[in-house]
Amino acid sequence: MKSFATFGNELYTGERSYEFVGKRKIWFSIAGVLVLLSILFPLLGGGFNFGIDFRGGSQFTISAVTHTDVAIGEAAVAEAAPDTAAVVTNVAGDTMQVQTDRLSDDQTLAVKDALKSAYGVTEDHITSTFVGPSWGQDVSRQAIIGFIVFVLLATVLMALYFRTWRMSIAAMVGMLVVMVVTAGIYAVSGFEVTPSAIIGFLTILSYSLYDTVVVFDKIRENTVDITKSERRTFAEEVNLAVNQTLVRSINTMMVAVLPVASILFIGALLLGAGTLRDLSLALFIGIIVSTFSTIFVAAPMYSWLREREPALAKQAKKVQQRRANDAVAVSTTA
Amino acid sequence: MARTGPASTARRTLLWLAALIIACTLAVGGGVLAGATTWAPKLGLDLEGGTQMILAPKVEGTSNIAAEQLDQAVSIIRQRVDGSGVSEAQISTEGGRNVVVSMPGKPTDEERNLIKASANMNFRPVIASTDAPSGAVPEAERTPEAELPVPTAAPLNASDPNWVDAALMKQFEATSCINPLTDRPTTSDADKPIVSCEPDTGVKYILGPVEVPGKWIKTASYGLQSGAQGATTNQWSVQLTLEKPEGADAFKAVTQRLYAKYLANPNDPQARFAIVLDDSVVSAPASQAVITDGQSSITGNFNEASSKALADQLKFGSLPISFEIQSEVQISATLGLQQLEMGLLAGLIGLGLVVIYSLFQYRALGLVTIFSLVIAGVLTYLAIVLLGWAENYRLSLAGVAGIIVAIGQTADSFIVYFERVRDELRDGRGLVAAVENGWARAKRTILASKAVNVLASLVLYFVSVGSVKGFAFTLGLTAVADLIVVFMFTHPTLQLLARTKFFGEGHSFSGLDPKQLGAIPLYRGAGRFRTPEETAAVVKGKNVRAAGEAERRQTIAERRLAAKEAEMVGSKGAGAAQSESSDSKESK
Repeated sequence: MKSFATFGNELYTGERSYEFVGKRKIWFSIAGVLVLLSILFPLLGGGFNFGIDFRGGSQFTISAVTHTDVAIGEAAVAEAAPDTAAVVTNVAGDTMQVQTDRLSDDQTLAVKDALKSAYGVTEDHITSTFVGPSWGQDVSRQAIIGFIVFVLLATVLMALYFRTWRMSIAAMVGMLVVMVVTAGIYAVSGFEVTPSAIIGFLTILSYSLYDTVVVFDKIRENTVDITKSERRTFAEEVNLAVNQTLVRSINTMMVAVLPVASILFIGALLLGAGTLRDLSLALFIGIIVSTFSTIFVAAPMYSWLREREPALAKQAKKVQQRRANDAVAVSTTA
Repeated sequence: MARTGPASTARRTLLWLAALIIACTLAVGGGVLAGATTWAPKLGLDLEGGTQMILAPKVEGTSNIAAEQLDQAVSIIRQRVDGSGVSEAQISTEGGRNVVVSMPGKPTDEERNLIKASANMNFRPVIASTDAPSGAVPEAERTPEAELPVPTAAPLNASDPNWVDAALMKQFEATSCINPLTDRPTTSDADKPIVSCEPDTGVKYILGPVEVPGKWIKTASYGLQSGAQGATTNQWSVQLTLEKPEGADAFKAVTQRLYAKYLANPNDPQARFAIVLDDSVVSAPASQAVITDGQSSITGNFNEASSKALADQLKFGSLPISFEIQSEVQISATLGLQQLEMGLLAGLIGLGLVVIYSLFQYRALGLVTIFSLVIAGVLTYLAIVLLGWAENYRLSLAGVAGIIVAIGQTADSFIVYFERVRDELRDGRGLVAAVENGWARAKRTILASKAVNVLASLVLYFVSVGSVKGFAFTLGLTAVADLIVVFMFTHPTLQLLARTKFFGEGHSFSGLDPKQLGAIPLYRGAGRFRTPEETAAVVKGKNVRAAGEAERRQTIAERRLAAKEAEMVGSKGAGAAQSESSDSKESK
């Protein structure tokens, strides 16, 4: 069996090379299609399934219950109104509180009856009301403002660190792809969007940029003296850098995704729907998409943005000139 | 050998790390002994449950509350709750009438009062004021005890200096309206004079009792002032309308008295009245006319923004929403222990997988990763306990997930580092040199990438509210823990390990075996990297262990050579395929 270290060696020397930059038309097309699908699907398929925290919903309060078991309430709601996810809480001793999506009048009565018999209480011990969203517009607004400020500052930070704004642009494009595709998969899966999912989403955005910066730093290192070298063209150096960090990208993705995957699968299998599953799904998809986006979108994008600069185009010509000469030398010695 | 510079620096760094961990542990231990905290981290609302308060907003004068006012109430309360720590309280509305606050733990009386308190706006006349931003009067310059004012008669009206007694004068002199600010109460008796500050200007005031309470303000708007001929001027102003008849009558009495003083001396502080919100002066205009119809216009150095701000404050203050706690009950965790247990179990299994993967990938070096993760975990845990104690930081399930993702990002620092060391080994350096060089390069990458995370956490922490704020806190926490570990543990440890026989000689289980990494001595005259042909050629000769592979490589090299020759025959001068990368594209 060929060891992973050998794989790394070959990538490092350039002996084995995947054409992340060269075949970018293919990668960009795939990314474009995914982004398009991710935008179209929520538009056509009814959009995201926002949870009670965003939309508000119905709340039942059952007092003087004999059992304070949460599962009883969940089962009762699942039977009476199968489409809705219920959050059951034990409030102060013998009172249970059940929150569901906003129910119609009929459903409200059905759920009320189901809860009444499930907890064995009489009519006057159960009340229902509508509750407003706990993740209100003010939370969303501040989160969006924070996100925009972060993106702007991160763009400036990266432009300063890498000494080129093109890297910032490429990294942001990569992040946008991650954002849209992750959101799209959420819409397709129909998983409920909870505050936890949003938190997971934000985690992914920072992870995505982080991952890109690591790979870009290797690109910076490889291309810092590019105009003085005739060894490789700019695009080839970028491609080499991505290949050289490929082992790191795979290892990091694995290490990051293993705990999340175990939460996703164990959590989903043993617990069914719930915060853990929602959260780990966002993270699971996001980590994988981030890794791919850095390699297949951000890095080729950067190369594409820069390789037509006059200095780099001139350098590419020189590289080809040298290769032509080398080739002549090879053919004469052969 | 161990006496070399880097090795002793490494040892010292490890000692510092140990000292840091011991110091944090002692701090937590001390807190536990003093009964101020526990060894367990504080848990959030979703994991531990907490207190649910149902608050009924009360708007004076009306029993209905509009949806808009309810939203405003929610945002007021969120600001107040977030102001007291990072506990991720949930605030929502109920039945279109009430505000429901769910917060982890049990609120203290202070927190409860903070939540209940109303924004309290009213008008008070100015009795005395300073001309400029004022701090506290230095002890030595304060009015001697004997010369403190003694009221000579009962005050005739709210502007009467007879309100000022010795105690009030002392308080006035001791109060600072510039940094450092003196803490002042935010709710005072409406019938008594107060000492107040205008935060925008730093001016200090003694104000008389309330003459126009906020509930008499009907509405306020802002716009450009109309001149005497009805033409619009360039001056921004705030239009104030008072309720009739109480507000208009009261304001008429005030302005009559103040206008008389204004005519006598336009600069008399007693010609002014102060618009006071929560006992701080928002603005203190002079009365330049007697307002009889309750329609007043406030002018001054306004621009559009500041006139809008004052109009909003007046409007906002005219709806003095106070809250009555209708019920306060303990609630159980919404997620329950099962979710937390499963989450932790799954996290542990995931961590086990990471351990196996690291060992598989990095052999003995994987152990360094695992120890580093353990130390990062210990630091994060201590930080969470300490911050839970100091800042009321609480771990929610989203926070737990953030920490689990942080496993990946933390391990990434080591992976980046190890890969750089391996790259250096591949270039033919000795292990000690490879560790130093690899670190110098990896350090930049690690710092740059963590800077992104720290930036994200800082921005989101300061801008956002609610659970996003809590998330930002966790993200920043893990990024800092990671930096500490990689700088203070992983690198020093590797420096020391590089000097051991097992690693230094590149044992095949060390994960840094030069032979496995295809290392060859640096090719003289070459740049940073060797070309594939060169590597393949040398490997063929040197690497006995991988003879089969060398053979394969040779075939590749040969194939390349053949390809080049073929291309030469085909097209002269076109780019030859030296590597299989994007040459074909470039030559188009």
